[in-house]
Amino acid sequence: MITRRHLIASAAALAMLSAAGTAMAADTVKIGLILPMTGPFASTGRQVEAGVRAYMALNGDTAGGKKIEIVLRDDAGTADQTRRIAQELVVNDKVSMLVGFGLTPLAMAVAPVLNQAKVPAIITSATTSAIMSKSDYFVRTSMAGPQSAVPVATWAAKNGLKRVVTLVTDYGPGYDIEKGFTDQFKKDGGQIVEAVRVPLQNPDFAPFLQRVRDAKPDAVFVFVPAGVGSLFMKQFVDRGLADAGIKLIATGDVTDDDLLGAIGDPALGVITGHFYSAAHDSPENKAFVKQVKEAAKIRPNFMAVGGYDAMHLAYAALAKTNGDTDGTKLIAAMKGMEWTSPRGPISIDPATRDIVQDIYIRKVEKKDGELYNVEFDTFKKVHDPFVAK
Amino acid sequence: MSHQMEALALLNAKRRWRVWEIALWLVAIAAIFLLPSQLLILTEIVILALFAVSLDLILGYAGIVSLGHTAFFGLGAYAAGILARDYVTEPVTGLLFAGLVSGLFGLATSFLVLRGSDLTRLMTTFGVAMLLAEVGNQAAWLTGGADGLSGMSMGPILGLFEFDLWGRTGYVYCLVVLIALTYIARRIVNSPFGLSLMAIKRNPRRAAMLGISPKRRIVVVYAISAAYAGMAGALLAQTTNFVSPDVLAFHRSADVLLVLVIGGAGYLYGGIFGAIIFTLLRDWLSVATPQYWMFWIGLILVAIVMIGRERLTGWPALLAARLKGKTEEAAK
Amino acid sequence: MLTILFDGIAYGMLLFVLACGLSITLGLMNFVNLAHGAFAMAGGYVTVILMNRYGVSFYLCLPAAFVATALIGAALEVTLYRRLYRASHLDQVLFSIGLVFMAIAAADYFMGGQQQLINLPDELRGRFDVFGIGIGRSRLFVIVICAILAVALQLALTRTRFGSQLRAAVDDGRVARGLGINVSTIFVLTFALGSGLAGLGGALGADMLGLDPNFPLKFLIYFMIVVTVGGTSSITGPFIAALLLGIADVAGKYYLPQAGAFIIYAVMILVLILRPNGLFTREGGR
Repeated sequence: MITRRHLIASAAALAMLSAAGTAMAADTVKIGLILPMTGPFASTGRQVEAGVRAYMALNGDTAGGKKIEIVLRDDAGTADQTRRIAQELVVNDKVSMLVGFGLTPLAMAVAPVLNQAKVPAIITSATTSAIMSKSDYFVRTSMAGPQSAVPVATWAAKNGLKRVVTLVTDYGPGYDIEKGFTDQFKKDGGQIVEAVRVPLQNPDFAPFLQRVRDAKPDAVFVFVPAGVGSLFMKQFVDRGLADAGIKLIATGDVTDDDLLGAIGDPALGVITGHFYSAAHDSPENKAFVKQVKEAAKIRPNFMAVGGYDAMHLAYAALAKTNGDTDGTKLIAAMKGMEWTSPRGPISIDPATRDIVQDIYIRKVEKKDGELYNVEFDTFKKVHDPFVAK
Repeated sequence: MSHQMEALALLNAKRRWRVWEIALWLVAIAAIFLLPSQLLILTEIVILALFAVSLDLILGYAGIVSLGHTAFFGLGAYAAGILARDYVTEPVTGLLFAGLVSGLFGLATSFLVLRGSDLTRLMTTFGVAMLLAEVGNQAAWLTGGADGLSGMSMGPILGLFEFDLWGRTGYVYCLVVLIALTYIARRIVNSPFGLSLMAIKRNPRRAAMLGISPKRRIVVVYAISAAYAGMAGALLAQTTNFVSPDVLAFHRSADVLLVLVIGGAGYLYGGIFGAIIFTLLRDWLSVATPQYWMFWIGLILVAIVMIGRERLTGWPALLAARLKGKTEEAAK
Repeated sequence: MLTILFDGIAYGMLLFVLACGLSITLGLMNFVNLAHGAFAMAGGYVTVILMNRYGVSFYLCLPAAFVATALIGAALEVTLYRRLYRASHLDQVLFSIGLVFMAIAAADYFMGGQQQLINLPDELRGRFDVFGIGIGRSRLFVIVICAILAVALQLALTRTRFGSQLRAAVDDGRVARGLGINVSTIFVLTFALGSGLAGLGGALGADMLGLDPNFPLKFLIYFMIVVTVGGTSSITGPFIAALLLGIADVAGKYYLPQAGAFIIYAVMILVLILRPNGLFTREGGR
C-alpha cells in the first residue's frame, strides 16, 4: 500500500525536480547576436562573431552566476529583418541582451523595439553619432562617430600639412567623419581645398582620385568602408598621387588589419588614426589575437575587438547586478564601466552610453614579414566630438 | 443571346468562392489565437504576399515581366514613413496615401512597359527602380539617405488600436488589408476587364482586332498593381517604424518574382502561397545555415525552372479540383 | 581632361570585354543570362587563386581564367542551359538568378566574403605622362588587350567558317542542321566562348573593379546596360555602347560627383524610350 510518507516524499521529489528545472532555466542568460553573415557586409559579421567567440573561449561561459548562451542570427544587412529578428529574440527566445548591428540603419531599426521591451543592445560595429539618441538602451563598444578622424586632423595640422582634400563615402558615417575632420582641421589652422564624396556602390575610384590630384593638396584625408578601402589604396598608388607629393592620411578602415596583407607593399608608410591595431602591444591583445587566429583562422580587426568588448561589457554588467537580467538595471550597471580591452583602456560614458577610448596614430610597417599598423602616437580618452561639445 | 449567357455563366463560375480560399483565410485568422509567438513572421508573410499579389496582377494577368517592381514597394514605404514622421501618424491614412503616390508613379511610368520586347521591359523597370534607389540615397534631407528613415511613431489604427510588442495588432491590421485588397483584386480579374487582359496577354494582336485596346488596359492594370505594391510597402514601414534604403534594392524585386513563381502566377493566390513557402523556407534556412542559405534558395529556383513551373505549381489547382470533387461527392 | 578621357576609355573597354559574352548569348542565342557576372567572377577568382596561392604570373593567369570559365560554361551549357533555349524569358531570368545566388554563396563559402586583391607585376604599376596626359600602365594594358579582342571577335564572327555556321544555326536551326551543321556543338562552343570572355574580363578587372562574392549582382546592371543600349545584333553596337558608358560614367563622376550615379540609369532609360531595341539594330534582325 502507498503510505502517506511515500506520497509526501515523491511529491517533494517532484517539487525539487521542477524547482531544479526552473532554476536551470533561470540560470541561463541568453544573448541575441544579430549580424550580417551574408551579403555585402558578411565579413563584418564574421569578424564580430570571431571576437565574441574569442571572449567566451578565454573567459568561460558564466557571468554573475549565470550560464551565458549565444543565439546567433543573420540579418543579411537588411534593416527590416534586423528589426523582426530582434523582436522575435526578445519575445520568443527571451534574450536579456542584444549584441551586434553591422550598419547604422540596422541599429536604427531596432531602437523602437528596445524602447518598448526595455532590453539593452550593445552595438559592435555601427558608428554614426545619431544612433545613440534613438534609445536609452543602446550602449556602444565600436566607435563614436568621428572619434578616429579628429585626432588625425590635429596630427596633420601639427605635422605641417596645410591644404587637405577630404574624400569620404557618401553615407551617414562618411558625413560624420568628414565634418569631424573638417571642423578640427580648420580650428587647427588648416585649409580644406575640396570635399569629395564617393558613392557607396562604386566600382572605380579613378575619376575621384583624378579630382584629388588636380586639386594639388598636401594630403588627402580618406574614409571609405573597409572592403573598398583596399581597392582604394591600390588605385591611389597606381595613379601616382604619392609621387605627386600628396600624402595619404586616413581613418583605420582603409588599412583594415583583415586586408592589410592582401593590399601589400603599396600600403607601407600610410598614416591612419584608429582605435585598434592587431599590433597593439599588450598582454590582453596578444592573447586575443592568438585566440582569434587559432579559432577563426583570421587576423582580428577593429570589428572583432568590438565584439570582444561587447561580451566583456555584458559579462561585467551581469556580474555587477549579480545575475539580475532586468534591462534597466543592466544599462545602469554598464554606465561608467571601465576596463582594459585588447585595444587599450576604454570606458563607457555614463551620460551618453557611448564609448570613450584612446585613438592611436599609426603607420603601416613590416613586422616579421607581415604588414601591421604600428602605433606611434596616442590621443588619450577621446569622446564623441559631436556630443561632447 | 445564348453566348452572352454562357459568358456570364463562365464569369460567375470564376467569381464563386472556392472552399480552399475560405479555408485559407480562416486559418490565417485562427493564427492570431493559435500562434501568438509567431505573429511577427506571419506579418512579414502577409506583407510579402500582398507585394506578390500586386506583381501577379501585371505578370500573371497582363504578361509584363518586371525586374523593378520594388520601385513601387519602396516608394510606398517612404511615402507612408515620411507622412507618419512629419504629418499624420494614423496608419490607414498613410496606407491610402502610399497607395495613391505609388499608383500615380505607376501611371506615370506605365508608358515604359508598353513598348519593346521582354528584355526592354526588364531593363526599363530595373532602371526605374535603380534610379529611384539613387534618389532615395541622395535626398537625405527627406529620406534619411543611407541611414534609413527613422523617428516616426505610429499612432493607433483609426485612433483605436495601439501597436504592441508581440505584433498582434500589426498582424491583424496587415491581414485585414490583405483580405480586403485580395477581394478587390479578385473582383477586378474576374470582371470583363480582367478577361480582356488575359486575352491581351495570350495574343495582343488578336485582342486588338477584337476591339480591345491593349494600351489603355495595360496602363490601368499597371497603375493598380503599383498602388498595391505601394500599400504593401506602407504596411512594412508602419509595422516596423522604419524605412531602410534597402526597400528599393534589387534583391527585393528578385525575391518577389521568386515568391510568385513558387506559388504560381495567374490566379492571385500564387503570391500568397509563395510568400508562405518562401518566408518559412528562408527563415528555416537562415537559422540552419546563417551564412549560406542563399545557395539553397538559388538551387530551389534552378530546380523549379528545370522541372517546369507549370508542373510544379499546378498543385493548388489540382488540390482545388480534388476538394471540389469530394464536396460534390459528399453532397450526393 | 584627356586623362579622364583615357580612364573612361579603359573603363569602357573593360566593360566591353565583360559584357560582350552576354551580347553573344543574348543576341545570337536569344538567352537572357543574368548569371553572366558569375562567370566573370569565376575568372577573377581563378586569377586570385593562381596568383596568390601558387604564384603564377599574371600574364599566364589571363588565358587560364579564360579556359577555366569557358570549361565551366561548356559544362553548364550541356547540363542545364541547353534545355532552356526554347523556354520563356521569364524562365531564363529565374534560372539565371538562381545560378547567381548559388555562385555568390559558393564563392563566399570557398573564398570568404572579403575583397580579393591581386598584385600586378611591377611593369604594369604606376603611370607615365605623355603630353601632359597621365597614363596608367595597367589601364593601357587593359585597353590594348581589349582592342585586340574586339577586332578578333568581330573578324571571327563575320569572316570565319565558324562565324557563318553560328549565324546560320541561330537564324534557322532546322535548315542549318539539314545542311550538315552540328548545331548543338556550335552552341556549346559559342556559349563557352561567351563565358570564357567574361572570365577574362573578370581576371583583367580584378585589379580595377575589385572582387568579392557580390560581384555578379554589383555589375549586372552595367552588363545589361551595355547590351540593351548597344543592341544585340552585332559586336560593334555593344562596343560603342560600352565606350560611351565608360566615358560618361567616369566623366560624370569627375565633373558632377553628386549626380554621377544618376547619369547612367537616366541615359539607359532615355535610349530605351527612344529606341526600344537599342541604339544599333539592324532591321529585322534578331
